[in-house]
Amino acid sequence: MGSEFVSLSLPPMLIGIFAAIACALPGNFLVLRKQALIGDAISHVVLPGIVVAFLFTGTVTTWPMMIGAAVAALVAVILIEAIQRLGKIEPGAAMGVVFTSMFAAGVLLLERSDTSSVHLDVEHALMGNLESLIWLDAFGWSSLLDPEALAGLPPELPRIFIAMVGVIAFIWIFWRPLKISTFDEGFAQVMGMQTGALGLALVAISAVAAVAAFDAVGSIIVIAMFICPPAAARLMTNRLGRQVGWSVVFAILSAVFGYVFAGYGPMWFGGQDSVSAAGMIATVSGVILALAALFGPARGGSQA
Amino acid sequence: MPELTLASNGGQVLTAEDTANSPLAIRGMTVSYGQKPVVFSVDATFVDGSMTAIIGPNGAGKSTMLKAALGILRPLSGSVTVYGKPLDEQRARIAYVPQRASVDWDFPTTVLDVVLMGMARELGLLRLISGGHKSRARECLSRVGMEEFANRQIGQLSGGQQQRVFLARALAQGADLYLLDEPFAGVDAATEKAIIAVLKKLKADGKTVVSVHHDLATVPEYFDRVLLLNTRKMAEGTVKEAFTSENLQAAYGGRLATAQIDQVLAG
Repeated sequence: MGSEFVSLSLPPMLIGIFAAIACALPGNFLVLRKQALIGDAISHVVLPGIVVAFLFTGTVTTWPMMIGAAVAALVAVILIEAIQRLGKIEPGAAMGVVFTSMFAAGVLLLERSDTSSVHLDVEHALMGNLESLIWLDAFGWSSLLDPEALAGLPPELPRIFIAMVGVIAFIWIFWRPLKISTFDEGFAQVMGMQTGALGLALVAISAVAAVAAFDAVGSIIVIAMFICPPAAARLMTNRLGRQVGWSVVFAILSAVFGYVFAGYGPMWFGGQDSVSAAGMIATVSGVILALAALFGPARGGSQA
Repeated sequence: MPELTLASNGGQVLTAEDTANSPLAIRGMTVSYGQKPVVFSVDATFVDGSMTAIIGPNGAGKSTMLKAALGILRPLSGSVTVYGKPLDEQRARIAYVPQRASVDWDFPTTVLDVVLMGMARELGLLRLISGGHKSRARECLSRVGMEEFANRQIGQLSGGQQQRVFLARALAQGADLYLLDEPFAGVDAATEKAIIAVLKKLKADGKTVVSVHHDLATVPEYFDRVLLLNTRKMAEGTVKEAFTSENLQAAYGGRLATAQIDQVLAG
């Protein structure tokens, strides 16, 4: 049991947990700023960027992907502005138009390009390949201390771990200005905080989390994790610090239970196969949100 | 003597000395949304240790001018000095109370937390809040009569209570210049009294207070100076000099009947 767990289940579970935390943390601020859709938009628009980066370099590695995603995000921002101004369309609608079209373009690009040699196809873009991120060099818990075995870890694991650490560091360092500018931007500006730059940095760090997670777990989880754990956490408490804590707890619960249910759930009901871990993780996060909406102690907040 | 001269010239005679001594001096400020200027070529020199009401009809650009002076909005043109220096060097001396409705009161935070936000400049990025900071914040809350609400979620407060918390946060900034955007909008009479008492105390301590104000009837009672605005500056000076029926007529046009003005000036 131990050795099988370490090589087959531990890496995908950890990747799922790290991805969920990396997205849920900035998600707290995006949701409070009524920008939850931005996380959704980011995870969609990066797809064509990643595909184009692959077409140029022929590999799926971190830096070209990040650069491709960043360029795609930039193009998206310009398009959203242009549509708003030229078409006189409200921001939400302009965003919706741009990110769905860019995602669709990314899907078409994927279909027409030869990506058979790498893990890059439409299904992967949506659901990632969490189940296949196994650690064949592991022979039990002791492998965690064995440098040779550790070298065989799926590269997605250190990648998403670093992204998560980056996100945590950003939120830790800029906690105070993030909190104040999210609550009262004008006041933050008068105090001398660079609220514009801070808002951009928040979107940028969300994009880093989205791209790193996208690679391993696909866009479904990314969208769910930006919104569901923070939204559920908001219903549990009326303090920002505790809300962020709850959102991390919910992100971890979603990843662990989602992974377990996807692997074993169908068997409990007499099925033979398993279902998509990414889909199940997103579903669990939705169920947690529903439970929080029904039973969370801070429901209805100010109306109370 | 010089003050009288200034007012009789509509405040247009401005010397470098006025600017250097003024807590807030605005020069040639124009702000526009789209094509139409909302504030046009306004000069204003607020006087140290005074309480000034910025008055004018709806849409006259009162809040807009304040926001542009503070760098929240970008003006088309104009310059601002705070105690004779650029705004960015003097931010520690400014406290700002935005319109209550400008924030989401559902934000997950407590009353005490909001007041502590006023100390963000001295705390910097990572310094932890100490017991000393908290007791100072509580003291600010007690100055506005809100100490027993310290641990409440801010969404549970009434409008007047929210406004008092905003004022307490400004007090926590420990500033010399207090800028308030319609602090009496939608608050109860008790809150209005409490706020004006705090503002008068600030003035007595030598601080400068500038407030966007709507209720003409209370101007002479609350303030000692006025800035009358209707896109352009219509008048500036002491209440006695500038808060006159001609100036009000000019600023409000047909929107204020002569009888109303007489009533305001009598009261």
